[in-house]
Amino acid sequence: MRALGTVFLKEVVENARDRRTITSALLLGPLGAPLLFTVLMNVTLERERHGFEAPLELAIAGGSEAPNLVAFLKGEGVEVREFGGDANGAARAVRAHERRLVLVIPADYGARLRSGLPASVQLYSDASDTSAAGDRVRAESLIRGFANQIATWRLAARGLAPTLSRPLIVDQVDVSTPAGRAVTLLGMLSYFIVFATLIGGLYVAIDTTAGERERGSLEPLLTLPVARRELVLGKILATCAWMIVSLTLTVTAFAVSLRFLRLEALGMAANFGPHVALATIGVMLPFVLLGASLMTLVASFTRSYREAQSWLTALLLIPTVPIMFAALYQVPARLGLMWIPSLSQHLLISSLLKAESLVPASVLVSAASTLAFGALLAFIAARCYRREQILG
Amino acid sequence: MIVLEALAKRFGAVEAVRRVDLTAADGRITGLLGPNGAGKSTTLRMLYGVLRPDRGRSLIDGLDVAREPVAALGRLGALPHNAGIYPQLTARENVRYFGRLSGLGGTDLERRIDELVGLLEIGEFADRRAKGFSHGQRLKVALARTLVHAPQNLVLDEPGNGLDVPATRSFRKLIVRLRDAGHAVLFSSHVMQEVAALCDDIVIISDGRVVAHGTPAELTSTVASGSLEDAFVAALERVTPA
Repeated sequence: MRALGTVFLKEVVENARDRRTITSALLLGPLGAPLLFTVLMNVTLERERHGFEAPLELAIAGGSEAPNLVAFLKGEGVEVREFGGDANGAARAVRAHERRLVLVIPADYGARLRSGLPASVQLYSDASDTSAAGDRVRAESLIRGFANQIATWRLAARGLAPTLSRPLIVDQVDVSTPAGRAVTLLGMLSYFIVFATLIGGLYVAIDTTAGERERGSLEPLLTLPVARRELVLGKILATCAWMIVSLTLTVTAFAVSLRFLRLEALGMAANFGPHVALATIGVMLPFVLLGASLMTLVASFTRSYREAQSWLTALLLIPTVPIMFAALYQVPARLGLMWIPSLSQHLLISSLLKAESLVPASVLVSAASTLAFGALLAFIAARCYRREQILG
Repeated sequence: MIVLEALAKRFGAVEAVRRVDLTAADGRITGLLGPNGAGKSTTLRMLYGVLRPDRGRSLIDGLDVAREPVAALGRLGALPHNAGIYPQLTARENVRYFGRLSGLGGTDLERRIDELVGLLEIGEFADRRAKGFSHGQRLKVALARTLVHAPQNLVLDEPGNGLDVPATRSFRKLIVRLRDAGHAVLFSSHVMQEVAALCDDIVIISDGRVVAHGTPAELTSTVASGSLEDAFVAALERVTPA
């Protein structure tokens, strides 16, 4: 155990003098991740707010055929623009992104409406342009509102109750809490935290394995009267230490930077105070051992520093895959999923952000399973250093 | 004392070491001489425990390296071929790291490091980071590291490679001092002159086998010219007739 401590201290100190470790553990993760995240979030928030607040701009072709409709839209605050072309011109303009939406009113609109036949209007939009989706929905609902008004008048003129045409009314009741609404946007947060944690130990894992071999210091090290598992475990723990530094700094940076996001403007709240920050670090700690063991094991098999670098960079993507799926499909925090490392950490952190209290059993299963995987990989790494092929 | 008994090692189809027996006695410098690819490094790697022999065994002061690695290696200082040091640590820290791993600590270790810094003339660069050290400086630090736990036995794989004249001289002086202090020193080389200048006993290997051994006097007596170089060439020709 004495040798383990010696190796641990030496690797922590030596890497503290290495520019690559310092940049990745102290700068890249803790500063880069929150910065990138804040920028991404601000863009999203701006877009959402734009959708709610900005006046809808609608180009109309053949507006003179439907003065009442145009007047209705203007009355609803729509900025109506005259569009000179026909249906083909409208399609071209939308496809070329000159216009987001074009409403085309055919020449027979007035005649059909007067004779009580369904009059059709065409709303041109590009469904692949996600930024126009909100505008399309708003325009459609306004036009529908106008149609409902006409229906109401027609029924009233015939002495019928307008409610006859509305046998069913759907009321939307949103039960999400402000923090809960924020979480869909904040779903990426755990992704960034996992990423920054791994980055913090990446160069330490390479330096202590592939780097040690490439420098020619591995062979002398292995001639010492020390059990090799102590050497390997010391190296893994040094990687853990740097990952914890990166994790702590990253979470702190997030706690600070989230204050600058104007989530309240959307009726959301970011639940990321000191308690949640601490709990997040706690939830992540078992993952640190797993990440460090995995990176050490993989880097031990590579033949050079450069090769280790490319392998570990690819490896960074693995733990983010379950998180991507969970965010995409809105996977709930079920106990049955808690044995999966990285996914369970993501789900637990999401629960914390939603201001839900953590289920002790979930926390326990997540920690135990992640630690077990980490210990298994550390054991395999220690076995590898007993093989003579480790010298490369 | 180092004793290698019938060591053999193969890598796939290649028989790197067929059979090597040798003894490096206390108070003597033993040279392992052979052309490149003769199996010198493989033999020494089996001695200091990073390769497992297919047959035979390595004994350090009677302790079997394969069976009691920690006890046996505690009595050995090994300097592998092209051994690297840690560039981000100072010379002193490099030595201290190996000292701690060998079980030393506290003032004993610091005193020993000071002693080695003096012995190897490291003082000038002892507290500088090893990044940018010359080859000679690196070798001195690596040697100090190998000697830090004052091992009774010393094995050096091609230590003289790439040293300039002053560095070679101070290295030879050190080896002789260690011999005179009663240590067993075993080192490998493919340079005839180096071995001739230093060794009390010579073991010549070729193609993974010992082809001749003895004192320099014994070996030179086998050839008419009385030169060690001719003895070396004659020994090699006995196994691979030209």
